Amino acid sequence: MFPVLQEVTLHLSEGFITTFRIFIITLLLSLPLGLIITFGSMSKFKPLSYIIKTFVWIIRGTPLMLQVIIVFYGPGLLWQLPAMARMNAVLIAFVINYAAYFSEIFRGGIESIPKGQYEAGQVLGMTKAQVFFKVVLFQVIKRVVPPMGNEIITLVKDTSLARIISVPEIIMVAQDYVSGQALIWPLFYSGLFYLVFSGILTILLGYTEKKLNYYRG
Amino acid sequence: MAILKIENLHKSFGKTEVLCGVSFEIEKGDVVSILGSSGSGKTTLLRCINFLDRADAGKIYVEDKEVFNAKLSNLSAKDIRKNQLNFGLVFQQFNLFPQYNVLDNVTIAPKLLAKESSEYKRNKKEITEKIEENAKALLERVGLSAKLLNYPCELSGGQQQRVSIARALALNPKVLFFDEPTSALDPELTGEILKVIKDLALKNTTMVIVTHEIEFAKNVSNRIIFMDGGVIAEDGAPSEVIDNPKNERTKAFLSKFNELNGN
Ligand SMILES: Nc1ncnc2c1ncn2[C@@H]1O[C@H](COP(=O)(O)OP(=O)(O)OP(=O)(O)O)[C@@H](O)[C@H]1O
Ligand SMILES: [Mg+2]
Repeated sequence: MFPVLQEVTLHLSEGFITTFRIFIITLLLSLPLGLIITFGSMSKFKPLSYIIKTFVWIIRGTPLMLQVIIVFYGPGLLWQLPAMARMNAVLIAFVINYAAYFSEIFRGGIESIPKGQYEAGQVLGMTKAQVFFKVVLFQVIKRVVPPMGNEIITLVKDTSLARIISVPEIIMVAQDYVSGQALIWPLFYSGLFYLVFSGILTILLGYTEKKLNYYRG
Repeated sequence: MAILKIENLHKSFGKTEVLCGVSFEIEKGDVVSILGSSGSGKTTLLRCINFLDRADAGKIYVEDKEVFNAKLSNLSAKDIRKNQLNFGLVFQQFNLFPQYNVLDNVTIAPKLLAKESSEYKRNKKEITEKIEENAKALLERVGLSAKLLNYPCELSGGQQQRVSIARALALNPKVLFFDEPTSALDPELTGEILKVIKDLALKNTTMVIVTHEIEFAKNVSNRIIFMDGGVIAEDGAPSEVIDNPKNERTKAFLSKFNELNGN
């Protein structure tokens, strides 16, 4: 039993490293990309804002699983491009997908700041940049942390979609034990990894929210 | 020399003309109250003077210098900013910055401004201290010395409005504008704001106050402007405009007010 437990633990940990890589790279790249998409969708230049909004609609309106498959197989089948690394296909699809979701959260946050905040800054002689960075941005962050937290927890679980193009994330590793050795418990064991990880994130997010709650509004 | 001169200001929103040619002058030390029924264009007038809205026609002079002329090409963001620094504006809804404490709300703009001066690099510490001292003095004047480190959400509406008055004063505006500074407050809190304004008037602060508090306007101002339908219907000393109005609309407005107050 124990050698098996050890082996499973080792394999699942390897799978989890892949899971974690998808998670962290997606998070780090989609946040700034999301902010850029937000500025695009709020642009006063209407054609740009329409294009971006349509793009966001398509990304949010179709399954992430479909997007992963298209990014992986699409370029080869459509334009005869050489196949890209599976992991890269996953990351491209995930970053674009999450950037689209984050951009909507940012937009909601920015639009929820009352006009009076901008105007008060303006009549106090602040530049546009000063108003954004010194007055608005912090209030936006405070407002987006809770919905952002929900998306981040969802991302933890969405990483399992990577297996659709055979990227060996933790569940794929665990399922190999089901089909290969008729062992069910590695599946539950993999669930434990998710629970611990999302538990830690929940605590971190809760702590951040509490820190930001030193004022109301 | 007029500290502020408005010449024939026009402003429309879509097809509705809200300001239909407004002209007046203000001398240093004047306390002018603007009365008028809802929708007569009072807020729009203040917003145009403070460059939150752009007038469609007309001119604005500050100390005899033309700072706005609707006919000339667009003002740059830099010009607008410079013009906005001439005046202060106190909003009906206070619009304090919720993430900063009381003292920081008052010092943030002067500190950002000071960073642009050539002296700042050499005298950083001294300049910052001076700004903070000045802010504390202003907050003492509005009776909030005990609240320096509190956040706006911890204050009553009246206290928040007093902070916003101190915040506007911290930039030393040539004219301080108020847009219904007591309208968002519970009736029992209006008194403390009116007292602060009265105190400023005694210290010769040049002010323009849009208000529905007619008794207060009569008390504090040396001049009353009555607006109606986007024009100035009457303009004169309180004793003329309030006690002996000549304009029919002013009379109607005042008698409605007197009825409401049971006089
Ligand atoms: N941004 C805007 N877009 C369209 N119409 C506007 C806008 N701002 C003001 N108006 C209209 O202009 C008219 C004058 O508005 P304004 O706010 O200047 O009146 P006011 O005298 O301040 O009234 P109140 O006493 O209710 O504050 C109103 O009919 C209002 O609906
Ligand atoms: Mg108004």
